[in-house]
Amino acid sequence: MLLTLVRASLQRHRLRTALAVIGVGVSAALLLDMVMLASGMRESFRSLLEARGFEIRLTPKGTLPFDTDASIDSAGALMAQLRADSDIVAMSPVLGGQVHVRAAAGSATAVAIGIDPAVQGDYEVRTGRDIAAPDQLVASAEFLRATGARLGDTLRVEGGYDAQMRTVTAERRLVLVGTAHFLYMPANPRAVAMPLATLRALTGARGDPVSLIMLRLRKGAIADSVQAWIAARVPPVTPISTAAALRQVDQRLSYFRQLAFILGSVSLAVGLLLVTTLVTVSVNERLGEIAVMRAIGVATGSIVAQVLAEGVVIMSAGSLLGLGLGLATAHYLNGILSSFPGLPAAIDFFLFQPRDAWVSLGLLAGCGVLAGAYPAWRGASMPIAVTLREEAVA
Amino acid sequence: MSDSAPVLSARDLRRDYPMGESPVHALRGVSLEVAAGDYVAIVGPSGCGKSTLLNLLGAIDRPTGGTVAIRGEPVERLSDRERTRFRLLHIGFVFQRFYLMPALTAGENVELPLAEAGMSRAERKARARELLTYVGLGARVTHRPTQLSGGEQQRVAIARALANRPALLLCDEPTGELDAHTGAEMIALFERLNADGTTLVVVTHDEDLAAAAKRVVHMRDGGVVSDTRVR
Ligand SMILES: Nc1ncnc2c1ncn2[C@@H]1O[C@H](COP(=O)(O)OP(=O)(O)O)[C@@H](O)[C@H]1O
Ligand SMILES: [Mg+2]
Repeated sequence: MLLTLVRASLQRHRLRTALAVIGVGVSAALLLDMVMLASGMRESFRSLLEARGFEIRLTPKGTLPFDTDASIDSAGALMAQLRADSDIVAMSPVLGGQVHVRAAAGSATAVAIGIDPAVQGDYEVRTGRDIAAPDQLVASAEFLRATGARLGDTLRVEGGYDAQMRTVTAERRLVLVGTAHFLYMPANPRAVAMPLATLRALTGARGDPVSLIMLRLRKGAIADSVQAWIAARVPPVTPISTAAALRQVDQRLSYFRQLAFILGSVSLAVGLLLVTTLVTVSVNERLGEIAVMRAIGVATGSIVAQVLAEGVVIMSAGSLLGLGLGLATAHYLNGILSSFPGLPAAIDFFLFQPRDAWVSLGLLAGCGVLAGAYPAWRGASMPIAVTLREEAVA
Repeated sequence: MSDSAPVLSARDLRRDYPMGESPVHALRGVSLEVAAGDYVAIVGPSGCGKSTLLNLLGAIDRPTGGTVAIRGEPVERLSDRERTRFRLLHIGFVFQRFYLMPALTAGENVELPLAEAGMSRAERKARARELLTYVGLGARVTHRPTQLSGGEQQRVAIARALANRPALLLCDEPTGELDAHTGAEMIALFERLNADGTTLVVVTHDEDLAAAAKRVVHMRDGGVVSDTRVR
């Protein structure tokens, strides 16, 4: 009976109901996007950093990973020193550079990283095999497109190319054994990875430099204390734990989050006002009906429930619409923002986390009920006789 | 039907409407007893306090002074919630305006108080149909109020008022918005209701309706001036 009344009342004003649902949908979408935006970048950054289980990154003193061309010299000695800490179970050195590659069908300049294939945490092999010998490399799909190279091809790889002198420092023949997805690179990078020693040889490096060392810790080790130990004992590097990096990200994103918070609150308030208005109008135009229902013995609770249910139906429909709308908008905006130069493609500005989404939609629904409660209760507790008299006169 | 205890017993009812400096004394001490099976018409000039009295008798308003007991139950002792329940189960209301729920069909309008009283869906569907048949609208169960004439809407309202077999049916100008012919049909329906055992209290200034009652109470200026048994 209650549901019949609710349905009937919503159907009586189809257009109004539809408009209200759309209104709530838009404000729910905005709220959802703001919640997604507030946590999205940080969360995707975190999952990116934690993707391969390295908790600490060592960079040349005073720099961020790949922030500059600076490198850590004599990495071998440094790593020997680090082995003294039993909390460190694996070390993944990474060297960044640039190479020029000639394939049968074409040639291209590519970003190159030199790694230790056994412990690398920079890419995931998608097809073919991983590097198993000094004369092998893996490359991004985009690299294969640009050069026309295929798995199994032997490529001429040149390092230290000087455009003016048309000279190169060194040249190697390397076999393309696999395609890889590079975790920390912008979308569609033209990139290759090869053994560290091979890249050093190609770029003519003196000594054993690396750009970055990633450390994996023993289970149960405290990253902050390992970080402190390194900072004190190994002066040439700056250790950054994932937690510390996230703190930095948090700081840089704080304005962003405040903005998202404010806009989210505004959209919540808009949803709240919308439902309040709707419920108030709905109650006002049915004062007579409500008074009659109470006169014939329908309990105040039933009437309040009926009015609230109307609000909840609109809120739920609107929230569902908002969910779709919000996700679509977020997807679209993510597409635009992730082509931002210099950002790893894996960074999402809007990250859909079911828990957050349900929290925000629940918040909206709760606000809807709250907004409806007062007018509904007020409508249901007016003096019956007076209301009937006024309605009869009107 | 036992005539020993009155269904309705009102003592010295007073109702003031506070209007600033000069409050309106709408009722100035009205006492009334109605026995089971009676058919009482309350008549009098407009503004003499008929509706005010009926609202007090039906426990949708509280008196400034005096008491109302229905089936021996003093209603002023009940909380708002209990009163609502009491009205649902013991009192039927018919208003001048038909006041049906426009969104519900005739059948659903009649089902409303049954549902509220907790009757199962199948039972109340059957009962609603039975009641609508009783008032001559058995074929209009699925019609909405807008698809019914004024007289038909008032019949639906009567069926709804009878839904929970009330001790008392209170009607405020039930023919007020009906033409003479439809009014006459309504009068016939009330007579049939009363003959079938319904206790009726009808406020009206329709002389034909008053003439059909067993007892006529005349009011003027917030008080009862005469109380005559005609049958
Ligand atoms: N809510 C109210 N506020 C102020 N005065 C009222 C109210 N209700 C009724 N009255 C006054 O009480 C008197 C009796 O009204 P009512 O019972 O409606 O008379 P009747 O039904 O006999 O026409 C009238 O003078 C009316 O103006
Ligand atoms: Mg009146």
